Amino acid sequence: MAVALIPSVVPALMQGVVDPQAPPPNLGFFGPIGVPLIYTIVKILVVFTVYMVGVALLTLAERKVSAWIQDRLGPNRVIKGWGQPLADGVKNFMKEETLPADVNKPLFLLAPAFAFIPALSLWAVIPFAAPLPLPWGRMDMVVADLPIGYLYILALASLGVFGIVLAGWASNNKYALLGGLRSSAQMVSYEIAMGMSTIPILLLAGDVSLGTIVRQQERNGWHVLTLTVACFIFLVSAFAETNRLPFDLPEAESELIAGYHTEYSAMKFSLFFIAEYANMVTASALMATLFFGGWTVPFWHAVNNAPWAWWKTVITLGAFLFKVLFFLFFYMWIRWTLPRFRYDQLMSLGWKLLLPLSLGYVVVIAGATLGLDALGVPRTPVHGWPVYGLCLTAINVVLVLLLFVVADRGRLISPASARVRALELERLRAVRLRSALARRPVAAAVAAAAGRATSGAGD
Amino acid sequence: MSISVKVLTRPIDEVSYVRATMQGMALTFKHMINPHKVTVQYPEHRDALSPRWRGTHRMLTTEDGSAKCVACGLCPAVCPANCIKLVPGEDEHGNRYPLVFEIDEFRCIFCGYCQEVCPEEAIHLGRHYENAEYTRDGFVYDLERLTAQGHPVCEMWDPADPAGE
Repeated sequence: MAVALIPSVVPALMQGVVDPQAPPPNLGFFGPIGVPLIYTIVKILVVFTVYMVGVALLTLAERKVSAWIQDRLGPNRVIKGWGQPLADGVKNFMKEETLPADVNKPLFLLAPAFAFIPALSLWAVIPFAAPLPLPWGRMDMVVADLPIGYLYILALASLGVFGIVLAGWASNNKYALLGGLRSSAQMVSYEIAMGMSTIPILLLAGDVSLGTIVRQQERNGWHVLTLTVACFIFLVSAFAETNRLPFDLPEAESELIAGYHTEYSAMKFSLFFIAEYANMVTASALMATLFFGGWTVPFWHAVNNAPWAWWKTVITLGAFLFKVLFFLFFYMWIRWTLPRFRYDQLMSLGWKLLLPLSLGYVVVIAGATLGLDALGVPRTPVHGWPVYGLCLTAINVVLVLLLFVVADRGRLISPASARVRALELERLRAVRLRSALARRPVAAAVAAAAGRATSGAGD
Repeated sequence: MSISVKVLTRPIDEVSYVRATMQGMALTFKHMINPHKVTVQYPEHRDALSPRWRGTHRMLTTEDGSAKCVACGLCPAVCPANCIKLVPGEDEHGNRYPLVFEIDEFRCIFCGYCQEVCPEEAIHLGRHYENAEYTRDGFVYDLERLTAQGHPVCEMWDPADPAGE
């Protein structure tokens, strides 16, 4: 294919038509596609490979971080521990694939793929570095620069639940089914808070393209500073969406054995494991892109803007990877710090706290943008000062103090853990006593006699 | 009948989520960068055993290489786990010796009574703990195997020196 392209591209290069700073011209052998197609294929291959190797290494990182937090050493045998993911992979390939009785075979086999593919597909729209100028035209460092990137993410992220639900349902196992049910409830609930928490970003960016969102943060400051509450809600929802502690109820080893993947073995189990980490990587990348400026480097405008050069691509790629790795570490850090929420606490947190909070925050930010626009504050920086961003940050500081310092005191998330009122307790005890006595006639007669005696005494 | 739920009294005034989480994260981070190193890399590094460690048995031998045991029958009698099998024999000079002497290391509870009761100081427990076999039968140690053991023997508790110094 590359050979076939040469005749069509080379003359253009010789004539100096191709501008490295501009997208590649559409003069390929295949008509409108050609160089862009090759670019896309190269990007897909590279991203996929790096992603999969990264996910494998993440399993090692998780075990090492957990070990350090728990004063242990972690894996240190296979090539000082570095070969552990490889050894695990080999082990999983060698193991027996079990197929329990009466499973729904097609769905049972498809479920691991369903769990894995959405997480992988999400990476297509995430911009991960500054564009790279090449002799054949500029290569944008995003696999598919969709103008609707954000909507694509919301749509695909909600597909992730299918793998887990199908695995739970197809397994013909009560624990797996319970895990699947929990997962569906949990992910549907947190999906809403997650979507709502990102509305303020769209209000600021005025666009659903992730590239625009990154640009906008480069101009007006990271969204984590201007929209901390949204960032917090998104973070919590992302934990719930990826089924990580403290929201790993679909797995819940202590209650459900292993939850939805109880019946899976060997490589199919491994795929679920990979899917969990793939989800983590994707959520971390989203976090970095939506709230932490994506691939841009703070306070270094030269590297974030045209004209593009290869070293700018390298530096911004490094910045992006650093942010993603930080969030991956954050995931692990939280996992080995917090215990699991109870199911009713999870639902209360999602529906009664995060959803109203994100809705209220949308109103606040919409009001703020409206007010700032009415006051004539420009959205672009004035003399290098992001006035718009600073105004939002000021509002944000007040909100954060109110929420995380004043409001975060003396409240319990779950209604079930609050104390029952004394009157209610009396009523419940009476109901219980009556139902117990109704089953035992003799005792009932005695109780009735005692009741008469007490009522007589009362008179 | 409904399940009775124990309702905990919580100090609700002290409850917090965000700050408590941050405190917890600070604690785990502290442990991560400054772990209490207690792990022993076992096969390469082994902690020293106490001189009174009671492990795998060992039968001591006389200078000519035969077991010191005189088949008096005290150890099977005292053994609380009933793990010693002894069949006594007698040679032409009237000396008793064990025809069969077997210890089932699976049944043994390593109390050390056999060592304590032995008048000839023949049977001893040893400072050794790595016993792995492929079959259960492999844990029945016969006289030949007991005399072949080379690990140091357990020192008995001395009332005059209770701390073992």
